[in-house]
Amino acid sequence: MPSAEVLSWLRTRFMPHIWCPGCGHGVIMHALIRSLVGLNKDKTKTVVASGIGCSSRMAGYINACTLHSTHGRSLAFATGIKMHKPELTVVDVMGDGDCSAIGGNHFIHACRRNIDITAIIMNNNIYGMTGGQASPTTPVGAWASTTPYGAVDPSFDLCKLAEGAGASYVARTTIANPKQAETFIMNGIKKKGFSVIEIITHCHTQFGRKNDRRLPMDNYNYFKEVSVPLTKAKTMTSEELVGKLVCGEFVDKNVPEYTDQYGKVIERARKKG
Amino acid sequence: MFSEENKMSEQFASFNRSPARDVAFWQGNTALAHGALLAGCDFFGGYPITPSTEIAEVMAEELPKIGGKFIQMEDEIGGIASVIGASIAGAKALTATSGPGFSLKQENLGLAYIAEIPIVVVDVMRGGPSTGLPTKTAQQDVMQARWGTHGDHATICYSPSSVQECYDLAIKAFNMAERFRQPVLILSDEVVGHMREKVTKKDPGKLKIVNRARPSMPPEKFTPYEADPMTGVPAMAAFGDGYSWHVTGLTTNDWGFPTNNASEIEKKMLRLMNKVDRARKDIVEYEMEYMDGADIVVVAYGSVGRSALRAVRDARKRGIPAGFFRPITLWPFPGEELARMALGAKMILVPELNCGQMVLEVERVVKRRSEVRGLSLVNGELFKPSAIGRVIEEVA
Repeated sequence: MPSAEVLSWLRTRFMPHIWCPGCGHGVIMHALIRSLVGLNKDKTKTVVASGIGCSSRMAGYINACTLHSTHGRSLAFATGIKMHKPELTVVDVMGDGDCSAIGGNHFIHACRRNIDITAIIMNNNIYGMTGGQASPTTPVGAWASTTPYGAVDPSFDLCKLAEGAGASYVARTTIANPKQAETFIMNGIKKKGFSVIEIITHCHTQFGRKNDRRLPMDNYNYFKEVSVPLTKAKTMTSEELVGKLVCGEFVDKNVPEYTDQYGKVIERARKKG
Repeated sequence: MFSEENKMSEQFASFNRSPARDVAFWQGNTALAHGALLAGCDFFGGYPITPSTEIAEVMAEELPKIGGKFIQMEDEIGGIASVIGASIAGAKALTATSGPGFSLKQENLGLAYIAEIPIVVVDVMRGGPSTGLPTKTAQQDVMQARWGTHGDHATICYSPSSVQECYDLAIKAFNMAERFRQPVLILSDEVVGHMREKVTKKDPGKLKIVNRARPSMPPEKFTPYEADPMTGVPAMAAFGDGYSWHVTGLTTNDWGFPTNNASEIEKKMLRLMNKVDRARKDIVEYEMEYMDGADIVVVAYGSVGRSALRAVRDARKRGIPAGFFRPITLWPFPGEELARMALGAKMILVPELNCGQMVLEVERVVKRRSEVRGLSLVNGELFKPSAIGRVIEEVA
């Protein structure tokens, strides 16, 4: 049973939620709320922004300043919020399609700017809400309603994408490790800069059903089986890593943050003006 | 050539020497940016596009001087998204674009309508469709401004026809956005945006500035979309101001949460339309000249308004009873006013830099009481007054 403090971050008035029984998104929401509670955040100074999709409904269930925006664009909205009020804690919750297909451009540029926003990507390898279409993270060969003969397009490694684009904190874990999810989210929120936490989750309804992981527990066990900690992965050959899911903190660096940098622009403009 | 330039620089010098600092010699885009700043704009998000870019450039330079924020986003969609985000956090926010960018902004514009987020969006029109004529003028986005985003919504859209009006209407647009808690559009065009004219600046001390209504109740009593029964507009808390609330593009109940309840859906939709409709008289603006006894009424807006007024004036000099009616708000369209003023006119002529958009609205309100004739120019240039004058003479 979650603590009373955790429960106070839920808008129970608006439940039941839309997620299927056994969905991994609830594990992630719980980890996020535990992180916010652990960091002693104020509900009126915390923003949770989202786009469109099952994952994005999370914003509505969290008792904070929440924005359920348009598909793929949440980071651009969040950027405006953070720019205008840098003192706010801004978390952006996204699905894999939301983040890396329709919202891919906003994602790489938020990484590049290194604006102090924590992006949580709930990667379930599928468009769940619309009925199981392939996303940019659907594995090659997997079934989706739009890849009835198996997906042929290679999938994104979202952590590598974030690292390459300049995010200052990048980590991955799975819903089979909720404690680690909480730690990574906390580290991401504490990091002054753009943080990306990819949390591998499942859509047993749309993805698992057709890809031999029908039950929530099938997915949970699968994640445990294929997860490899980063420290161990470093000792493994590339052949040994085929089919594995490397989890850990890939990037944790201190680089100038965007709203801080813009603060310097204001100083320069005021001196000149 | 040299003497021309010298003459120009003397003109500039005389403006610079002028002891009265309340005038400026600006292009329309610059004036619009300065009007926005005077209205309290403290956030700009956008993307470079001709012929609107000068607005972004002025804001990039001026905003940080007052502690405001400018951000060049990765695309047009991000531009309007950042502006909506900033407004939710309490900013008075502006974005500016042109045709292709205006198309890209339409989806998020809809979010600002349904979630009732005040923003100002400028479209400096150029020729279309698609990339069209980036450096030439047009008025082809009139219907897109009204109906561009999907779903029903009440549009407030201004059309400046001078540099002074770019400045004045930018202030008004912010005031209206704040008052009605919704997007307000300014449809400028390449001619108005780039021409230079004298602007008389307004005294900030004497200016009426409207700020969005803020909630006065304690946070636990705050119902985010419970509207003031008099205005139909709910008070808006900014993120970070002590209220936690939910913003969504879904149709919501007063609590701001998604609803599938038929009566709640209808209540929300009708309120969104009615909050503007019921204040129509406060919003609608137009200019008239020579309307007394006018047999031929020329209805024109934006840059074309200038050519049309000249044509009407010349016609009057020749004894032709021509009149001039210029909608300043394209939406709501001053239709009742036009229908009343033009009652008994033989002919209503609607010159436009498109293949006939506003003429449809004129036909709708005139209801065949007068003959309505459209006059299209779609070659990227502005009407010469004589082109309108010739038609006036033909029909006189």
